[in-house]
Amino acid sequence: MHLILFSVFGLVCVAGAVNLLLQRHPINSALSLVVVMGALAVEYLLLGAEFVAAVQVIVYAGAIMVLFVFVIMLLNAGEEEQTHGSRVAWLLGLPGMLAVTVLICWALIQDRTGQVAIGQLPGHPADLAQLLFHQFLLPFEVTSILVLIAIMGAVVLAARPESVQETKREQ
Amino acid sequence: MPIALYIIVSVIKIALILFVLLTAVAYTVWLERKVVGRMQNRWGPTRVGPFGLLQPAADGVKFLFKEDLTPPHVYKPLYIAAPMIAVIFAVTSIAVIPFGNKITIAGYDIPLQITDVNIGLLVVLGITSLGVYGVALSGWSSNSKYSLLGGLRASAQMVSYEIALGLSLVGVLILAGTFSLRGIVDAQAGHFWGFIPNWFIFRGGQIIAFFIYLTAAYAETNRIPFDLPEAETELVAGYHTEYSAMKFAMFFMAEYANMITVACLASLLFLGGWRGPLFGPPIVQELLPLFWFALRVFVFLFVYIWVRGTLPRFRYDQLMAFGWKFLLPLAIANLVVTALVVGLWPGA
Repeated sequence: MHLILFSVFGLVCVAGAVNLLLQRHPINSALSLVVVMGALAVEYLLLGAEFVAAVQVIVYAGAIMVLFVFVIMLLNAGEEEQTHGSRVAWLLGLPGMLAVTVLICWALIQDRTGQVAIGQLPGHPADLAQLLFHQFLLPFEVTSILVLIAIMGAVVLAARPESVQETKREQ
Repeated sequence: MPIALYIIVSVIKIALILFVLLTAVAYTVWLERKVVGRMQNRWGPTRVGPFGLLQPAADGVKFLFKEDLTPPHVYKPLYIAAPMIAVIFAVTSIAVIPFGNKITIAGYDIPLQITDVNIGLLVVLGITSLGVYGVALSGWSSNSKYSLLGGLRASAQMVSYEIALGLSLVGVLILAGTFSLRGIVDAQAGHFWGFIPNWFIFRGGQIIAFFIYLTAAYAETNRIPFDLPEAETELVAGYHTEYSAMKFAMFFMAEYANMITVACLASLLFLGGWRGPLFGPPIVQELLPLFWFALRVFVFLFVYIWVRGTLPRFRYDQLMAFGWKFLLPLAIANLVVTALVVGLWPGA
């Protein structure tokens, strides 16, 4: 049952991702991405990582993608023209993607040390908190500082320099 | 419990709870019209049935038989999908909300809840955070300036207030030590100082969190004084300007179902859920928790309507400043203080 559901939602996820690329209207692409996020959340849930699944929905589908849709609505982005892309992309991109996929699959099949059964992943919030706030405390804090820097950068970019405002007022 | 029986019991529970929820949605509309009417020195609905009690049924019939207009300028797939998205997410979140203790029928324990998941609170927050798509997409796909402005306002407002809403609940989670809604209610059992119930609203300064939660929830459900997405004085009807008949009704169903979810969550997290004095014969004792829970939900819905009848609408910049510069810092301060109190005096 778990395996069937896992495969079904895996297919939904891939279908959403392909649809994201094929759709010509940005808002349809954004909604396909929401479907991908939702399907990924279900995959996490099936693996037993319930907290990650919930956070995936709340943060990615519920906040970040809403902002994506918001920006698309605000800019009133229209339909895009379908092009066939450059020839280099076809010649190098497709074989490259296949090669990377095969490589990842091969590496996963070779290395079976980290495997657990479906639904047995230590995904309880308490387990996750142990890992995050004890074992990986430093990376966690470093990431938070990175995010802080990004926020400050956004504020600096969004705030108009005072000199510009003053010159406008003088005019 | 055998799997077949489990499925049958679940289906019965889902049907019952959906019926109760949708009836409650219809009668919350009636209650709102009646209460706001009295507050404004009017009668509210009086014509259909005694006290206008059959008005929701009449409205339902009217919505079903009105012409379902689709304006020619809309983006059809999303225009049709948006009300469905809104109503589906509004109704789904009721699935993890517990209404009372377990009851025992024929030797089987049946929890009064569709499904008990140990991340219940996160599930509710996740599902309600998806509800914004219904509003945002209806605004965009209607292809009209009023709808678009309403949709834009809704998405900005809901994303902003979701942060304060989520943070206000972390204090309760720290005190309870679990994400399970049933576990949170169980953590509020008993009394302290002999007579004050052990509800989270009375403990560790959570009364602040309670007010942050209620305020942010009003903004999340687009209710007055935060109903800028449908501000009728400036945007006609905001995001649902172009909708008619049942599609229009679906937005209302979503709004009132969301209000009921907010009321349920507030009762569970801050007011001890279904706890209350039990007395009388055994059958009454089994049903009293349901009554206490319904009473709390009713009080919250009444406060919703009361606020609507009292407060004027915010201006948009006031709304954003209030959310980001007042509610969010307050929620963070409350979180830090609660964490410190629990860390320093673990038994308190």
